[in-house]
Amino acid sequence: MKTKNRLSDTPMSYRIFTIVVLILLAIFFIFPLYWIITGSFKDNKIIIAQDPQWFPLTPTLANYVKLFDRPALQWLLNIVVICVGAMVLTCLTASLAGYALAKKRFYGRAFLFGMITCAMALPKQVIVIPLLQEMSAIGLHDTLWAVILPTVGWPFGVFLMKQFSETIPGEILEAARVDGASEVRTFCSVVFPMIKPGIGALAIFTFVNTWNDYFMQLIMLNSEAKWTLPLGIARMQGEMSNDFGLIMAGATLAAVPIVAIFIAFQRYFTQGISMGAVKG
Amino acid sequence: MTQRSNAAASKQPPKLSIHQRSRVLARKETLSAYLFLLPSLIFFLGFVVAPMVMCLVYSFFDMGLNMDEATFVGLGNYFEMFQDAIFQKGFLNTVIIVVVAVPTVTAFSLWVSSAIYQMKAFTRSFYRCVFYLPVVTGTVAVTVVWKWMFNPYNGLINQIFDSVGFNWLGNSSTALACIIMILFTTSIGQPIVLYVAALGNVDHSLVEAAQVDGATKFQVFWKVKWPQIMPTTLYILVITTINSFQCFALIQLLTSGGPNHATDTIMYYIFDMAYKYHRFGYANAMGVILAIIIAIFSAVQFKLAKSET
Repeated sequence: MKTKNRLSDTPMSYRIFTIVVLILLAIFFIFPLYWIITGSFKDNKIIIAQDPQWFPLTPTLANYVKLFDRPALQWLLNIVVICVGAMVLTCLTASLAGYALAKKRFYGRAFLFGMITCAMALPKQVIVIPLLQEMSAIGLHDTLWAVILPTVGWPFGVFLMKQFSETIPGEILEAARVDGASEVRTFCSVVFPMIKPGIGALAIFTFVNTWNDYFMQLIMLNSEAKWTLPLGIARMQGEMSNDFGLIMAGATLAAVPIVAIFIAFQRYFTQGISMGAVKG
Repeated sequence: MTQRSNAAASKQPPKLSIHQRSRVLARKETLSAYLFLLPSLIFFLGFVVAPMVMCLVYSFFDMGLNMDEATFVGLGNYFEMFQDAIFQKGFLNTVIIVVVAVPTVTAFSLWVSSAIYQMKAFTRSFYRCVFYLPVVTGTVAVTVVWKWMFNPYNGLINQIFDSVGFNWLGNSSTALACIIMILFTTSIGQPIVLYVAALGNVDHSLVEAAQVDGATKFQVFWKVKWPQIMPTTLYILVITTINSFQCFALIQLLTSGGPNHATDTIMYYIFDMAYKYHRFGYANAMGVILAIIIAIFSAVQFKLAKSET
């Protein structure tokens, strides 16, 4: 009961202040998304008018018609292919490597882990320029692979899966070995089920980060057919900086699917994000 | 494979001493470990370590897109940086962004998290969702809508402040502040999620013990909760620092470094140097310096955080 008393210690005025500030902030954080979506349905005359229309009273699909004159669906497909490709490859390679780093004793383990940790602290964008030269040299520049491959190489996933695999009890692995299970079998039927939540977290993390890695897409993808949706929006904004209706239509197409997925699977997102740092 | 070697070893114990046997096992384990690591190592070495090495090597060359025409200049690129006024301006702006954004994001997310973590599950996830929204909306989508809102003629901000025609992003005294504000909204989601999780994991018996002993709310926070969430704070400081240093999309889409380099950052200048002027060697040298600066910042934060606990 003492706890309860202590909690209500906080002066009423401070609690009201907290709630008011939180509500104002919530409006401030939701508003850009609201403005994107409603803006995409506004006629250009309304958009360039000085008085803002808080809600599209005469909704129009003209912006979307203009958007789909461009290969916007191709851009959407490209970014989805990049994100899903990076996600699948990252989860696969990182869970194998993380398991080996956590549960196997081998020569070079400490060195390798040290290298991975150091690489993680470095800014990813710095290596993008030499990466561009590398990709041109191996003929992958201006292909979706040029974005996928470096994303898979980024060691955060290995680090996360290593932390996660530490929790697998050694006795279970020993038991599998005694029962005659091969290494591959042990991984598939013993290790994999135990690290599944970690893989889920990594999958979400990789997807969102790859989607937002605008710099990599900007450097690696040149031709219009290879652009991603974020890149397409940015380029359209550069070309016709005042056609906000069109740009908002593109932004809606990019934002609404992920926001919907996020709201539906919110629990997994928050678990995934916090998992990465529990021991990190 | 391991199974068979176990069986073989136990069948003929006299032939292998314990020492030899463990060496065989160790070799087998090393081999299998590297097979598990192989797919990941290919990507890591090929697309992370190799470009890092290239970045360092190329920083000693004067080169354009064509690698054959590179000439060795030693530390020339590094010396040039110290005389390059635009680089210095970019350096200063980067430091301003980091020094303003990192403490603000950390302190603010801690405040929001401690305000919401004891609320009802629904309210808590509502707020967590709201603050994470700009991250899932996507950097580019968020940036273009802010660009519209800051537009001098038909932007919302000028309507609200009744200052039609004022060019927020085109004015050297407000542009950087606007960028930091938008960076703030896109950076705060993850720290809040992390802090809410960390505060929920604080050992409750310690909190109760302190309360029984008559500690005030303030004391409970600083003496009991704060040390326990220190690892989370450290993690948040490091990721926010790295993200703020690398802030690029906002700059490119909102101001392109202008007006008059008022919002140039190291990252943006690197991009300009590589793509506008095709000076890859110089760009790589700046990349090396940026990496070193980030490493120093992270190390200092580690030191400070370690000495606090």
